[in-house]
Amino acid sequence: MQADKRPVFLNLLQIRMPVTALMSILHRVTGVVLILLLPFFLYWLQRSVMSPDGFIQARSIFYDLPGQIVLFLLAWVLLHHLLAGLRYLLIDLDIGVERYVANCSAAAVMILAPVVALLAVLVL
Amino acid sequence: MNRQASGLRAWLLQRISAIVIFGGLSIFAIKLLFLPPQTLFEWRSWLAMPLVSVLLMLLVLGLLLHAWVGIRDVVIDYVSSLEYRVFVLACFAVFLVAMGLWCLQIVMSL
Repeated sequence: MQADKRPVFLNLLQIRMPVTALMSILHRVTGVVLILLLPFFLYWLQRSVMSPDGFIQARSIFYDLPGQIVLFLLAWVLLHHLLAGLRYLLIDLDIGVERYVANCSAAAVMILAPVVALLAVLVL
Repeated sequence: MNRQASGLRAWLLQRISAIVIFGGLSIFAIKLLFLPPQTLFEWRSWLAMPLVSVLLMLLVLGLLLHAWVGIRDVVIDYVSSLEYRVFVLACFAVFLVAMGLWCLQIVMSL
């Protein structure tokens, strides 16, 4: 685990981004965001089981407009990571490895994530 | 911890934990969306059922393992100084263990 001196080029703003690359880096970013959201999830879970007030509060944090927007963003983050992850699992099983299919599935993930997130928020 | 999470083991652990998370999340999502508890008592009773408690703990355990493998990759990619890398990894490790213990504490309080 020696830190070596070989050149590293990780400037995201300069690396060319096909749709697969964009989807991939977002998969990583959403992953980190989800980790940081863990304490909030546990906090509200605890709040919801500790008192009748906490239970009611936990059920209604997303009721108002700002709450709906937050819910949409959370759903988008989760769905992007999940759908991209499913795409990677399928690729692990040699499904969708060809370039054209891979490009299509990456675009599909990028589009489906916010669309399904929006649908989920509107329906609930 | 380093040996355990390197190479093929980490790859497999991440896939398996992903499936566990997917399954667990789906069950909780279905419950909350289609059969939501109406009262605190209902909610606590349902969560206190051994099957549900264990499912929740499995879900969080899967989340912690999945998150660890993931965040370790990210830190190794972007933190080149060895000392700082060890420090950041240690912080995340403690953080994830704390999350697991917090979940345990919540379940035990039911």
